[in-house]
Amino acid sequence: MNMLRRHWPWLLVLVILLAFPFLFYDWTKGRHSGFVLTLMSEIGVMAIFALSYNMLMGQAGLLSFGHAVLFGLGAYCAAHVVNMVKAGTIWLPTELIPLAGGLGGLFFGYVFGWLVTKQRATAFAMITMGLGELVSAAALMFMAFFGGEGGITIDRVMDTSLVGVRYTSPWQVYCLVLAWAFIAAALMRLQTQTALGKMANATRDNFERAQFVGYDPRMVRLMQFTLSGFFAGIGGGLYVLIYEIVTFDTVSAAKSANALLAVYIGGAGGFFGPILGTIVVVLLQSGVSLLSNAWLLYVGVLFIVMVMYAPGGLIGLIFMHLPIWRAGRMRELLLPYARAFPPALLVLLGFVFMVELASFTTIGAAQGKRFTIGGQLIDTTAPMPWVIAIAALVLGALWLRHEARGFRQRWDELMEGSKRAQATAAPKPQEAVA
Amino acid sequence: MEVFVVSLLNGLVYGMLLFMLASGLTLILSMMGVLNFAHASAYMLGAYFAYTISQYIGFWPALIIAPVLCGLIGAGIEMWGLRRVHQNGHIAELLFTFGLALLIEKGVQMTWGLLPVPYRVPELLDFPLFKIYGTQFPAYRAFMLLISALMFGAIWLGLTRTRIGLVIQAALTHPDMASALGHNVPRIFTLVFAAGTALAGLAGVIGGNYQVTEPAMAFTMGPIVFVVVVFGGLGSLSGCFIASILMGLIQTFAVVFDVSLADLLAKFGFVVTSSTPFAEILTVTLPRIGALLPFLMMVLILVFRPRGLMGTRDT
Repeated sequence: MNMLRRHWPWLLVLVILLAFPFLFYDWTKGRHSGFVLTLMSEIGVMAIFALSYNMLMGQAGLLSFGHAVLFGLGAYCAAHVVNMVKAGTIWLPTELIPLAGGLGGLFFGYVFGWLVTKQRATAFAMITMGLGELVSAAALMFMAFFGGEGGITIDRVMDTSLVGVRYTSPWQVYCLVLAWAFIAAALMRLQTQTALGKMANATRDNFERAQFVGYDPRMVRLMQFTLSGFFAGIGGGLYVLIYEIVTFDTVSAAKSANALLAVYIGGAGGFFGPILGTIVVVLLQSGVSLLSNAWLLYVGVLFIVMVMYAPGGLIGLIFMHLPIWRAGRMRELLLPYARAFPPALLVLLGFVFMVELASFTTIGAAQGKRFTIGGQLIDTTAPMPWVIAIAALVLGALWLRHEARGFRQRWDELMEGSKRAQATAAPKPQEAVA
Repeated sequence: MEVFVVSLLNGLVYGMLLFMLASGLTLILSMMGVLNFAHASAYMLGAYFAYTISQYIGFWPALIIAPVLCGLIGAGIEMWGLRRVHQNGHIAELLFTFGLALLIEKGVQMTWGLLPVPYRVPELLDFPLFKIYGTQFPAYRAFMLLISALMFGAIWLGLTRTRIGLVIQAALTHPDMASALGHNVPRIFTLVFAAGTALAGLAGVIGGNYQVTEPAMAFTMGPIVFVVVVFGGLGSLSGCFIASILMGLIQTFAVVFDVSLADLLAKFGFVVTSSTPFAEILTVTLPRIGALLPFLMMVLILVFRPRGLMGTRDT
């Protein structure tokens, strides 16, 4: 009962995630929306991947540019295992295929980790980058393991399920992804509280002192890297089950960059930041890339804005409000937020409009696409739309700057107030039921 | 023999092009500690600027104007972007330039299109200079060699003979001390960053029509330049020079020699068949892994000698 009382948010999220696809359920045909399920499965897999990346970046302070190597190799291992099960050489339930991927990731995590964890900081980043390039090139070169450009295809319907599910529909796969995502997230959460997790933090903050205390920072890095490979491999195994194919782009630099973007946009500081970041990045990738040619530009701009103005990521932005929330004065922020909203929206619209104009004049025209807003065809070569876009951008920026000044003033006052309130208030009694 | 001489010349040309890119990056990395991911993007911008300018005014003005434009962009990035991000630490700086690289690539795609642009060698230089063993050596490659040699001389003179060069050298190894002596280190940072991007732009101007001017050119060139910088070692221009030439030569020679490990083993009387373990790895020929050799070398040197060839401190 105590467990339930402390961990109810996990259960709540699980229930919400199980119920969410039913919002898009097609009652007339009696089936789920395939797009939504695939999207959510993708988010699940990428969330595991991003969390495992954060074991390196957030916890151990190791910036890796080749984390997809572990994800992809895990995926390849899982694909081979599935094919072996299919051929009858070994027996393994479908539910445990991600574990096979995880073990593959663990193995390669140890092998590569032995090499890369000799260094830290920039040298570590460069070695992982070189390793990423090597493996993604090798994936195209060696046919037996990687299958060349075509990759390796599998058939996930194996009839070896423990619970008697055949995994023919995306819904069944989604449930499996959800289960594994929760298991992996819970394990990674627990790992942060182990001695190894704490030592990883210590070597991140001051590796020399950690050395003095008697720990070998390299062993800490190696163990952390290997474990992170295990979880990335689990993600890879799930990836194979969702798409039934694994190609060389699972090990590519672009995949590694995705994890980096997700972790940084979400925030590397808190445990749940990467999940938040994954949701944003995957939605941008899958949702916006359908609507716009320039989705990568939006991701880039979002990334730069985050780096410049919110180094703590989205989770950092949320946590910034905590002192004011505790002081119970969130209501006083409503008006400043409401005042900043219209200029921010104007800037956003102006920017998006301008980017879309530019992308439709060059890339869109080459693809024979037309720019329409609400059925109205827009001539991208005429000066008028450009003037509107630039005017919206510039006016919005000036207005936003004006509002931002007022906002900051109000913010500082509230922060000051909440600090004073905290100082004067008697120390609160700890949780009533320990 | 003929293959050797021709490859040597081509390797030199490619190596000098690499050096032009890497010299700026090595200065930026050793002085500011910023792993500048947008450096190869400046190379790409240089090529595209030169293409557009040469359509209207001609190639020769573009040789000056495009690098200057790149340098101005670099100065802007440093003053309004990097300096702001600096307080959040090195990783934030690195990620900032990473985002910038994404942004520039997409911006180039939106301005000039997804396909390669027809940026050609100027007509004045479009003739074979001489023939060795029946292979023509284009005059443009000689011109590239000349430009990069001039640039190398200019950098070397600038760094060793001028006052500002000496301050840069001081700031390279002891930025805090140089600042304590009253030199305006932030301004030197801006200057070096701008000069580095301008050099990358120049490399783009003369490299864009030697290779292909396309939106992916930054992404293919970027990692190689990192390899050169790390391999040469931080804080050492001469190490960077040696590494660039070495990488250029390795990459060109690897394409020429069609051998594999299996051939080597055959010399010792060990025949590799398809049933030998690791047969696939043993039979891979050198040209196929030529592009990978630099990365392999970088990984090895970082693992065993993290300060690079002639570096003054660990990476």
